[in-house]
Amino acid sequence: QIQAVFLVSRQGKVRLQKWYTAYPGKDRPKAIREITSIILSRGTRLCNFIEWKDLKVIYKRYASLYFCMCVDADDNELDCLEVIHLFVEVLDRYFGNVCELDLVFNFHKAYYILDEVLLSGELQESSKKSVARVISAQARI
Amino acid sequence: MALSGMRGLSVFISDVRNCQNKELERARVDKELANIRTKFKNDKGLTPYEKKKYVWKMLYIFMLGYDVDFGHMEAVSLISAPKYAEKQVGYIVTSSLLNENHDFLRLVINTVRNDIIGRNETFQCLALTMVGNIGGKEFSESLAPDVQKLLISNSCRPLVRKKAALCLLRLYRKNPDVVSVDGWADRMSQLLDEREIGVLTAVMSLLVALVANNPDAYWNCVSKCVRVLERLTRSQDIPQEYTYYGIPSPWLQVKTMRVLQYFPAIDDPNIRRSLFEVLQRVLMGTDAVKNINKNNATHAVLFEALALVMHLDAEKDMMAQCVGLLGKFIAVREPNIRYLGLENMTRMLMVSDVQESIKRHQVQIITSLRDPDIRFRIIFIDLLVQCISLCSIRRRSLDLLYGMCDVTNAKDIVEELLQYLTTADFAIREELALKAAILAEKFAPDLSWYVDVILQLIEKAGDFVSDDIWYRVVQFVTNNDDLQPYAAAKARDFLDKPAVHETMVKVAGYLLGEYSHLLSRRPGCSPKEVFSIIHDKFATVSTPTKAILLSAYIKILLHSQTVDPELQNHVLAVFRKNETYLDAEVQQRASEYYALSRKGPSMVDVMAEMPKFPERQSALLKKAEDTEVDVADTSATKLRLMQLTSTAVVVADQKPANGVHPALTRVPSGQRNIEAPTVPVANGGQSPAPVDFLAIEAAPTHSAPESSPLVGPGDSLALALMDNQASTVQPTGSVTEWFDALCRKDSGILYEDPFIQIGLKAEWRGNQGRIVLFLGNKHTAPLLSVKAVILPPRHMQLLTSNVPDTIPPRAQVQCPVEVTNLSPSREIPVLDFSYNNSSAMVSFKLRLPVIMSKFLQGATLAPADYIARWKALMGPPNKLLQEVVRGVKPLPLQEMSDLLGSLHVAIAPGYDPNVNNIVGAATYFSENPTLCLIRIETDPADRTQIRLTVGTPDTSVALELKEYIKERLVDIPSGAAPTSLPGMPSPADDLVGPAASLAGLI
Repeated sequence: QIQAVFLVSRQGKVRLQKWYTAYPGKDRPKAIREITSIILSRGTRLCNFIEWKDLKVIYKRYASLYFCMCVDADDNELDCLEVIHLFVEVLDRYFGNVCELDLVFNFHKAYYILDEVLLSGELQESSKKSVARVISAQARI
Repeated sequence: MALSGMRGLSVFISDVRNCQNKELERARVDKELANIRTKFKNDKGLTPYEKKKYVWKMLYIFMLGYDVDFGHMEAVSLISAPKYAEKQVGYIVTSSLLNENHDFLRLVINTVRNDIIGRNETFQCLALTMVGNIGGKEFSESLAPDVQKLLISNSCRPLVRKKAALCLLRLYRKNPDVVSVDGWADRMSQLLDEREIGVLTAVMSLLVALVANNPDAYWNCVSKCVRVLERLTRSQDIPQEYTYYGIPSPWLQVKTMRVLQYFPAIDDPNIRRSLFEVLQRVLMGTDAVKNINKNNATHAVLFEALALVMHLDAEKDMMAQCVGLLGKFIAVREPNIRYLGLENMTRMLMVSDVQESIKRHQVQIITSLRDPDIRFRIIFIDLLVQCISLCSIRRRSLDLLYGMCDVTNAKDIVEELLQYLTTADFAIREELALKAAILAEKFAPDLSWYVDVILQLIEKAGDFVSDDIWYRVVQFVTNNDDLQPYAAAKARDFLDKPAVHETMVKVAGYLLGEYSHLLSRRPGCSPKEVFSIIHDKFATVSTPTKAILLSAYIKILLHSQTVDPELQNHVLAVFRKNETYLDAEVQQRASEYYALSRKGPSMVDVMAEMPKFPERQSALLKKAEDTEVDVADTSATKLRLMQLTSTAVVVADQKPANGVHPALTRVPSGQRNIEAPTVPVANGGQSPAPVDFLAIEAAPTHSAPESSPLVGPGDSLALALMDNQASTVQPTGSVTEWFDALCRKDSGILYEDPFIQIGLKAEWRGNQGRIVLFLGNKHTAPLLSVKAVILPPRHMQLLTSNVPDTIPPRAQVQCPVEVTNLSPSREIPVLDFSYNNSSAMVSFKLRLPVIMSKFLQGATLAPADYIARWKALMGPPNKLLQEVVRGVKPLPLQEMSDLLGSLHVAIAPGYDPNVNNIVGAATYFSENPTLCLIRIETDPADRTQIRLTVGTPDTSVALELKEYIKERLVDIPSGAAPTSLPGMPSPADDLVGPAASLAGLI
């Protein structure tokens, strides 16, 4: 199960965060800070998984943004890594060559899209086409 | 630049972005929060657009990591808005801003329910999404039936149904009762026939959770899952949009294989065959491709397939194929695949039910580690090391090392680690050092190598060597006499090197203080030289190190055989100087040592070598264990770690047998009971003892205890278990045998029955001893009314600590007892023990092995000295007690000599010209130490009789000691009177007696 998803910039600014567990609200910024500082300090040729507390963090950098997912320790890492990529592709399709600024100024859109890709900490839809259909249908209402 | 579509929001975001620093940003955010607060308080109310805008701003601020502690109500209230645009904002912001336990959520349960059961599909989706993301227990109870209806409805669109499936998953996680097992197994099975991949993926996620909790209920889903896999792997009927880089939904494949891993076994041969065909197909199609996403997706499926194969306990060929694949993976450059290859290889090594097939490969791997092709070996170790350097892979590698390291390859691995240490990232050096130390300890082919490794470790990475590491080496050296000169010499060598690390100064200072006198004959190792080489460092080291060095100085001074006045002056001057040192500890040591050293050699005892340490679990291993995360899938790792731990015990006070150091003897892990890993857990932080104090297995011997009453404390056959008639609980072995064993060694079992095990560990020093009783409850219920009373004989002072009234199930309590021997006596203390096992009261009395020999210490005298003392004892007055003992166990001379040795008498071979005689000496410690000389004259013609002579200045000691030795030698110690009463031997006897023979020596 995915416990949390967050996007941080190279400067450590949070661009999106979503939690799927009852992780206490006040501890969330600290958790993100801790994980971010580990990830930002890692070299580029290292693997995309780190262990943090009893969780695994799967992350991937796209340009200036790091996409991070905290998942259960026994989750399939590569599976999660490709969920991240799927989300990025969906964003890309929606924004057309997405960049960090798109996500900064349209963070609410990013939330809409995320909610169509993930639900209950699970992958909800793996078809990019299907997600795109739903999002554009929403926009029409 | 894409804009948010809300000008106010875009402006605010821009403002925040333009803030130069954190303070300005906070000021801007605070300003905005104040603004929003005012707006929300405004009675006139806000337009829906304004409300949306402010709620989004709140979310943005919250996302940046600031506290937003107001306005939640406004966000929640938007959920009840009639229009989609507001409702959507309400749902999304609420589900991001609030935690599932927030009170406000209760207020909207009804609205949410109405949206779910309503006709508006878009509202349904919004409601299901929020509940799926943050629904708590209350949502579970009120919404589950409605959500279930949507999932199985024929009229709903796939979009709604997949959301319903995942929403139900959330509700089930919050409260498993919402899915009744009976009805749902069939429903799930039907749902697996779903053709729409989106819905099927969501259903499969739900199934993973259901099956994880209750696999038995969902057996009917197994064949369906296999069919789904067949469909996917054969690419049948998969719409283009559900292939990912050409792979039919890798996520669905992974989830389906995950489901199958929760079923204990798949027995149906047809299903099994189909499944293996699928797996075979997956395992075959694994060629690496250039596209990283395709590669990842393929390997995601592949690793899941590997896990399933391991779980299914597949045929050997398939396992071999898997190991082969893993071997390939750990050699690739791509770090993710290598990480996972390593992780799975480790799992493979841990899977016990496929051990046979693994073992073959393990051997192969280890052999390749020792491959004559050095390049291959380097590549392999390099791989491990590299993996360790990839930070997150560290623990995996360590697991793998644990799995693969053994005595034959440990040297290679540890030495490579040492090599690597100097170039490794700073961030991981401490961990590397720790792990190298652990592996060195665990797999040391001999202890001197272990010492070498640790000293090198300190030399190469002193900053990263924690105190635990050097404490451990000190512990080893202290407990192993043979090691002491070696370690001291090594330490001295290291001090010669330029730029010695402070940790090295500490450990070398300590070791040289304790043991440099063992080297005093070597060149460059005279006390004076050792002192000066240590003292060179004194000025530059920190205060705690100074304190250690001061202790070293006084030990060097007082350990040296002849006092070197020059050295003494030096040392005294140093103490003098530091009497006014700023730090209180250093100051105190300096003053005390100054005073002590001025008292001269009479203080030698005060500064004697440190006694042996009680055996204890390696603090290092404990450290490693503590960092071990408690997750289910590493339980095998833990189990293994524990097995290793339990064998890495340093046994103090045991002489090396057969050239094998007890510290390094290992129990093959296979010999341990499978339940054994629960033992260290129950032990808590207590150190593992040499005997498994909570062993679940019963002792092999089941000899029923004889039940004669205690004759007398000195009677070695007197039955220890005295009033066993009182209960029906029988010991699981022979109490007498246990007692006898404890007379010879200092740790072991004292008593054991089905409920309790009493272990004992003792340390002796002079006339003092410390016994620790380990009371282990083997039972699953607590032992109540536990009482342990020790009845001390008159000559002994015993300080007993309190025993708790109750011993919890599977727990162990320790009960230390301090013993002081005041006068010579063969009497021994008796432990009166009772407990209630909740069905009956059990009580028994046990003799404690506080026998005379525990207070004896072998004394070595030069021949001339020996004879002089013997003569002095001859008197007048004559202090030699002599007795002809008959009915002696007929032993060869050597065995008798060994027996005497086992009583801690130092045998002096050759001192007596008559080869049939054995002489020896020992110091007996009671209030005052007494030197005892002992001689046994044997008759080669009649091995059953001897003449025993014991001489001491204190006749009471001689009397007791003679009787004591006699008891050990006599075959059947009985109440029968000794053949001759102890008393003054006649002078005539003396002329032909021991003195005469000894006189011949001169």
